[in-house]
Amino acid sequence: MTLHLAVALEGTGWHPASWREPEARPTELFTAGYWAGQVQEAERGLLDLVTLEDTFAIQSSRPFEPDDRTDQVRGRLDATLVAARIAPLTSHIGLVPTAVATHTEPFHFSKAIATLDFASRGRAGVRVRVSSRPDEFALVGRRTAPTVGSAGSVSAGTREELFAEGVDWIEVIRRLWDSWEDDAEIRDAATGRFVDRDKLHYIDFEGPQFSVRGPSITPRPPQGQPVVSALAHREVAYELVGKACDLGFVTPMETADIAGIKAEIPNEPLVFGDVVAFLDESAETARDRKGRLDDRLGRELISDARVFVGTPAELADLVQEWHGAGLDGVRVRPGSVDHDLVRVTRGLVPELQRRGAFRTEYEADTLRGLLGLPRPADRYAA
Amino acid sequence: MSRKQIHLAAHFPGVNNTTVWSDPASGSHIDFSSFEHFARTAERAKFDFLFLAEGLRLREQNGVIYDLDVMGRPDTFTVLAALAAVTDRLGLAGTINSTFNEPYEVARQFASLDHLSAGRAAWNVVTSWDAFTGENFRRGGFLPKEKRYSRAKEFLAATFELFDSWRGDEIVADKETGEFWRPTGDFAIRTDQFDISGRFPVPRSPQGRPVILQAGDSEEGREFAASGADAIFTRHGTLEAGQAFYADVKGRLAKYGRDPEDLKILPAATFVLGDTDAEAQEKARHVRYQQVSPATAIKFLEQLWNRDLSDHDPDGPLPTVDPVVGENTISRGRASVRMYSDPIATANEWRELAEAKQLSTREVIIEVTGRQNFIGTPARVAEALDEFVQADASDGFVLVPHVTPGGLDEFADTVVPLLQERGVFRTEYEGTTLREHLGLKAAPTTSGTDF
Repeated sequence: MTLHLAVALEGTGWHPASWREPEARPTELFTAGYWAGQVQEAERGLLDLVTLEDTFAIQSSRPFEPDDRTDQVRGRLDATLVAARIAPLTSHIGLVPTAVATHTEPFHFSKAIATLDFASRGRAGVRVRVSSRPDEFALVGRRTAPTVGSAGSVSAGTREELFAEGVDWIEVIRRLWDSWEDDAEIRDAATGRFVDRDKLHYIDFEGPQFSVRGPSITPRPPQGQPVVSALAHREVAYELVGKACDLGFVTPMETADIAGIKAEIPNEPLVFGDVVAFLDESAETARDRKGRLDDRLGRELISDARVFVGTPAELADLVQEWHGAGLDGVRVRPGSVDHDLVRVTRGLVPELQRRGAFRTEYEADTLRGLLGLPRPADRYAA
Repeated sequence: MSRKQIHLAAHFPGVNNTTVWSDPASGSHIDFSSFEHFARTAERAKFDFLFLAEGLRLREQNGVIYDLDVMGRPDTFTVLAALAAVTDRLGLAGTINSTFNEPYEVARQFASLDHLSAGRAAWNVVTSWDAFTGENFRRGGFLPKEKRYSRAKEFLAATFELFDSWRGDEIVADKETGEFWRPTGDFAIRTDQFDISGRFPVPRSPQGRPVILQAGDSEEGREFAASGADAIFTRHGTLEAGQAFYADVKGRLAKYGRDPEDLKILPAATFVLGDTDAEAQEKARHVRYQQVSPATAIKFLEQLWNRDLSDHDPDGPLPTVDPVVGENTISRGRASVRMYSDPIATANEWRELAEAKQLSTREVIIEVTGRQNFIGTPARVAEALDEFVQADASDGFVLVPHVTPGGLDEFADTVVPLLQERGVFRTEYEGTTLREHLGLKAAPTTSGTDF
């Protein structure tokens, strides 16, 4: 089974104090060059893909409202546009921006990801988020925000409705990608027809939150179906991954968690494990650096994912252990991106290559190709 | 006195019959390489900006998808962001609808595009109300026609409030003190159409706001443009019509406290070039026959007649029956059908034309639709463009080539150098932002327009 590696890009890194590190470049966060440089580095490391984090609302340390902290990175650019800006500057790596299904039009997003696929010549994906934050609902004002209970979260019923909408949203973007058959454009001079309209399809989706007629205005993208992914921590999200996605990101704390998580995801999509990584040439240096970052944060880093502190070789051990336990790959979240990303691409990757466990050159030109996913037939083709 | 400078924009060939797909030189309308080629040509020629139109539903006629024209468009924001990677100075203008989008999301996208292009974003604000297009959207088709400008105004004003919610000096990023930013971006907007609040997440972009373009010839459209747009995109082909429009719109600016140069008037212009004027005329005629195939002629006929004429002979005379008066049911998702306010009168004009010039149905359609604006040698076209601008019929043009992706190449290579020789077009970009290319003042930092 091929081992896959991804990197999750988020600001100056996943540690909230990372922007204060000597190598960090927080003033460049809103420039194209900053993001292009990170993705080009990931591509030098032959990684399968990068994901680009996004939230509809501005970052906040509070779960359901903006905060007024001044000591952490705030502000971000639209992830899909960042991915598009990078597409012509890279050639092999998959580009997977985050989309918030709850507040966006599936018609717009379907053509946006299809266009990213055209601009990258077959390297587009999308990571779908479902939002239950009342402050994100207020930004759009289209519908009433869910009630947040005293425990600080929405009810199970509300969560299920929002995830069901997420599944519908993915169904619509997928149908729209197929709504033009690959050979719909005919340019038949004899009859004057540019397209064969029998190869264009209404999708006629009807759901509780939206109905969409179709067809798309954008032809079928190079991959046919760009790669759809989601991060999942619990049952409703595992179900969304299994029902609707090609790829799921999960968060085992221990290797022993992996079998149980995989058992909850139906239909066997690809599954990558997330790990927040602080990497140095010696484990002691890594611990010191992580300690310095935590001191600035005022507490130890809390993460939804496993936090790894050590050498690239030690991380290679964990990656192989997780791979052996049934994960298809690992998505590294660099603790401090300007420090840890190169230790992934120039430390972890060469180590895995020495062990014969990771590619030594790109073996495909599309993201589906890298992930071993075939180009699917069009669901509407006769 | 130095001559008035011309502004030039390039319209990526559109989803309509102006674009000739049957030409051997016609390439893909969707591959990124076509967009890249077109943008690089425009930038090599020092154009102000590239322009993308919009259409959010495939057009239909006689109840089925219209299949005779070029079809298929990319997502506007996404392709413009990708083009920002292969150009350095060219402005990137997208048409974005205010009916089937939300202000927060559009503001986030334009502010992001402006950052990612280092100050080259422009927004052609359009309005729509048709339920036909709305069938593709969550918030589809709910908007009564008379509300479209009020929604557009509220939409634009809301995005301005969001753009202006950051002043531009909030990111401190002081590693020593640990101060990243000074919190900002809070907004609360309550209007007839919107009830939104929160905090805008994108720092102030290089241009502050995207350059605002407006297309529209109606009284409301002109006033809308005069009150706050940076450029207006029109379709006035003749010098006299251009001059009248120019004087009218520029005359409306003062009451909004604006100067005449604050709004650029840029009509769409088609062109055909040749080594001699006679050759250009012959090429233009050939292109018109490519644009209006026999099948296309029948479809145009049906749009005016508002009835099925699929059995009509395109090489024969016009139909003897009259158009069906009333709601146009034959064609959907197309703006032009609204232009026929009195179909029977228009049909009679066409019949008189056919009689006078002895024209077939197809020849009538060729005659009455979209003849090229500028035809001739590069020298003749350069002179005509310059005269048009110097006579205050416009401030420049949005050029609409008829072939993708190479339709601008010859113009860039032959006409642009002549305009430069005449001293009316830049030989190098002087600024880095689109606002600078267009000679516009910096965007205000606080909201307060009459939109």
